[in-house]
Amino acid sequence: MSKPSSSLSEKTSTSRRTFLQGSGLLLGFALFGAGTKVAHAETTAQPVAGDVTAAFSPDAFIRIGSDGKITLILPNIEMGQGTHTGEATLIAEELEVGLDQVKVVDAPPNDKLYATAALGGQATGGSTSMRATWESLRKAGATARMMLVSAAAAQWSVPVAECSAKAGVVTHQASGRSLAYGELAQAAATQPVPASVTLKDPKDFQLIGKSSRRLDTPGKVNGAVVYGIDVRVPDMKVATVAACPVIGGKLGDVDEKAARAIPGVRDIVRLDNAVAVIGDHFWAAKKGLEALTITWNEGANANLTSANIMAALKAASERKKPIMARQEGDVEGTMKAASKKVEAIYHSPFLAHAPMEPINCVVHVRADECEIWVGTQVPTMAQGAAAQVTGFPLDKIILHNHLIGGGFGRRLVAESVAQAVAIAKQVSYPVKVIWTREEDIQHDLYRPAYYDHISAALGADGLPTAWVERIAGGSVLGNYLPSGWPEGKLDDDAVEGAAKPPYDLPVIQVDWVREDPPVPITWWRGVGPTHNVFVVESFMDELAHAAGKDPVEYRRALTKNQPRAAGVLELVAEKSGWGTPLAKGMGRGIALHDAFGSYMAAVLEISVSPTGEITLHRAVVAVDCGITINPNTVEAQIEGGLIFGLSAALYSGITFTDGRVDQSNFHDYRILRNNEAPKIEIHHVKSLESPGGIGETATVSAAPVLANAIFSATGKRLRTLPFNRDELKTEGIEKKSVSMVLPIVAPLLAALASTKPTDAELEKQ
Amino acid sequence: MFALNVNGENRNVDVPEDMPLLWVLRDVIGLTGTKFGCGIAQCGACTVQLDGKPVRSCVLPVASVGTRQITTIEAIGATPAGKKVQDAWLNLEVIQCGYCQSGQIMSASALLNRTPDPSDSDIDAAMSGNICRCGTYTRIRAAIKQAAKA
Repeated sequence: MSKPSSSLSEKTSTSRRTFLQGSGLLLGFALFGAGTKVAHAETTAQPVAGDVTAAFSPDAFIRIGSDGKITLILPNIEMGQGTHTGEATLIAEELEVGLDQVKVVDAPPNDKLYATAALGGQATGGSTSMRATWESLRKAGATARMMLVSAAAAQWSVPVAECSAKAGVVTHQASGRSLAYGELAQAAATQPVPASVTLKDPKDFQLIGKSSRRLDTPGKVNGAVVYGIDVRVPDMKVATVAACPVIGGKLGDVDEKAARAIPGVRDIVRLDNAVAVIGDHFWAAKKGLEALTITWNEGANANLTSANIMAALKAASERKKPIMARQEGDVEGTMKAASKKVEAIYHSPFLAHAPMEPINCVVHVRADECEIWVGTQVPTMAQGAAAQVTGFPLDKIILHNHLIGGGFGRRLVAESVAQAVAIAKQVSYPVKVIWTREEDIQHDLYRPAYYDHISAALGADGLPTAWVERIAGGSVLGNYLPSGWPEGKLDDDAVEGAAKPPYDLPVIQVDWVREDPPVPITWWRGVGPTHNVFVVESFMDELAHAAGKDPVEYRRALTKNQPRAAGVLELVAEKSGWGTPLAKGMGRGIALHDAFGSYMAAVLEISVSPTGEITLHRAVVAVDCGITINPNTVEAQIEGGLIFGLSAALYSGITFTDGRVDQSNFHDYRILRNNEAPKIEIHHVKSLESPGGIGETATVSAAPVLANAIFSATGKRLRTLPFNRDELKTEGIEKKSVSMVLPIVAPLLAALASTKPTDAELEKQ
Repeated sequence: MFALNVNGENRNVDVPEDMPLLWVLRDVIGLTGTKFGCGIAQCGACTVQLDGKPVRSCVLPVASVGTRQITTIEAIGATPAGKKVQDAWLNLEVIQCGYCQSGQIMSASALLNRTPDPSDSDIDAAMSGNICRCGTYTRIRAAIKQAAKA
């Protein structure tokens, strides 16, 4: 990572290349354009909502009207991660305006203006937003400010150097004259665009590094915010849909008679692999869908089970030709000569995203154009998908992006937009398609399952003299890119977090065996590192114990040449009270990693009951994410990211029986609840490195830190996610673990059984 | 036809009697602040108050509401507890994506209605039915305590 340059120069491309190296996700996307078919739509020049015209429009991001209104057009979508506030902060810092002086809007779909080099398209993901816009948005702000100052100086016939800008006003100190940006907007538009701009020295930052209030939250406490699912347009009907329950299956026959008899049902629409019922409201659509008698052509996956998939991964790991990700030193010789070796197999499941806002999309297909309202991480990809379904040119696809009620990778794909357009195409009126939660869990594109074989040779000092890992799993990029991913070519996502762990490991081999599952897969919060760091950091713990060393001491010995990793390790050890005694039944684990350009070490304290119940008590996290744009947002992302990962480690796993997903809703695809969340303390390493990503960083820490805490508490090493509490029982072995039974199920069942629940029952719900 | 009292206004709705209150509010009356999350009272995103008590509107048939006063997120700021909760939510920057927060705020303000100074176990009992996928739980807890002191 290069330090931020105070003047923007040719260093831009160098530093971008540097951070690209940090992430397989980024690398993968960076390959767009070099003969690879771009997944995103080509640019359109249409005016759409979000396009703002104003007297002064120096670039794609800033609009200043003569009325003084300042509008910032932000390239990345807000889905809770705080990016609207962060990106506005970058512009405002250099534009010299307060965040209370600006209005922010989402950029319209336009790859030419809003694609980032990090993702190769207009997309929000991979913890790239702040990294990708760190220089470009500050430069945009500085450029606009310089033009406003020049305009004022020209008007006053004074040297530019005698004028300064602050809080949206240019002042000439010597004469005391001042003009607000609105008054200068028209004149600024005629100023030449400066050839180069000087960005602030970090010590002069007024907004960056401060915990400014979020811009998106006031409308989220009173129901005012309009998510995609809240959009209502005139004459709109509501649809819900059922895709073939067997992955890849097709629609056969549909008996519509009973559904047509339900009041409020309007239309029944057949797609190749699904059927939708459209009604006056969601309830009519849902009742109508339930009333259909559907025959499915189940296809090739009718007998698919999770056991089949894991067996195929194991067989591939053992027999298929691997693709090398990293090979250094004499791996074979060192392993052969070693007197002590440790090896282990780890399993990770498919995971659903389950964002709180169910999949939805409002579409109106008219005679010659298609209008879409949706919250998407990939607006141009969604636009392209709609163009493909309708056959309309891109400039006839009008897309309004909305705040997103949780993305986590689920809205990095646009297949549900294509489905909604295919439904709306068959009727004349606008349709809001809403998936039930069951449809969401059972027809997601999943985080792939993995089978990982890892081994190491230990030297006389107990430290690894060789490190060998084979990852077996599908190619996420292969599923993501329309052109697929070539066989035999490394998908960096598959090995990210494994190929370059932040340790001194001079003899190392990491390879990947590609085994694509017959199940759609995609990015999930934390992407490659979420899976790989679980294996690396669990195994690091195994090695420490095999060597008879304390896990922090062991990592300390391996990070002598890794200053940023050592920095967070020492900080978390100190702040967590590592090494202090714990009560019986308690355990304390550690995990250290480097991903998305940020370094993180986490310690988790838990207890395990004799019946195998795990209680999460306290998490302590140390982070070095470079220059921090908004510390409060960084902490929020760490808290939430950790809980997201702990949910997965404790509860989440998608399994298949007869080609169907076994889970269906939050009762069997459990999410951590408020009473289960640990206390979380966060400590920052002060850093002047360029900003690292933070949206996914703590999710990566969760599974390994929990695995290591479980080992500390029980002496049992759990290598399969989600962790099976039955393996931790020391008494009451015959009892079923109670953790899957929810406290609210009983009153719920009572409420469902009665059409008129009493007050007491309602309250208990 | 059902005569409902929603946020102090009388609303007559001509809907099937088994239609959950959630969809009456969202699709018929047009109050979209109350959210659909699971449809089976597992996530709490749809929480509204009936006479100040929290209910999951996604499983509550409209026919069972009767004359009880329905309060939704759009009007909770007009209640003393609701206003305190909203203020604390913003002060402590509880919110991320915000989709579950209508339900969280409705549950939290109902908790303060009946337990003005809740303990951690009171918060566990009142709030464990509201899932937050962004994981804002520690801040929700802190904000309830702040609201209780306000």
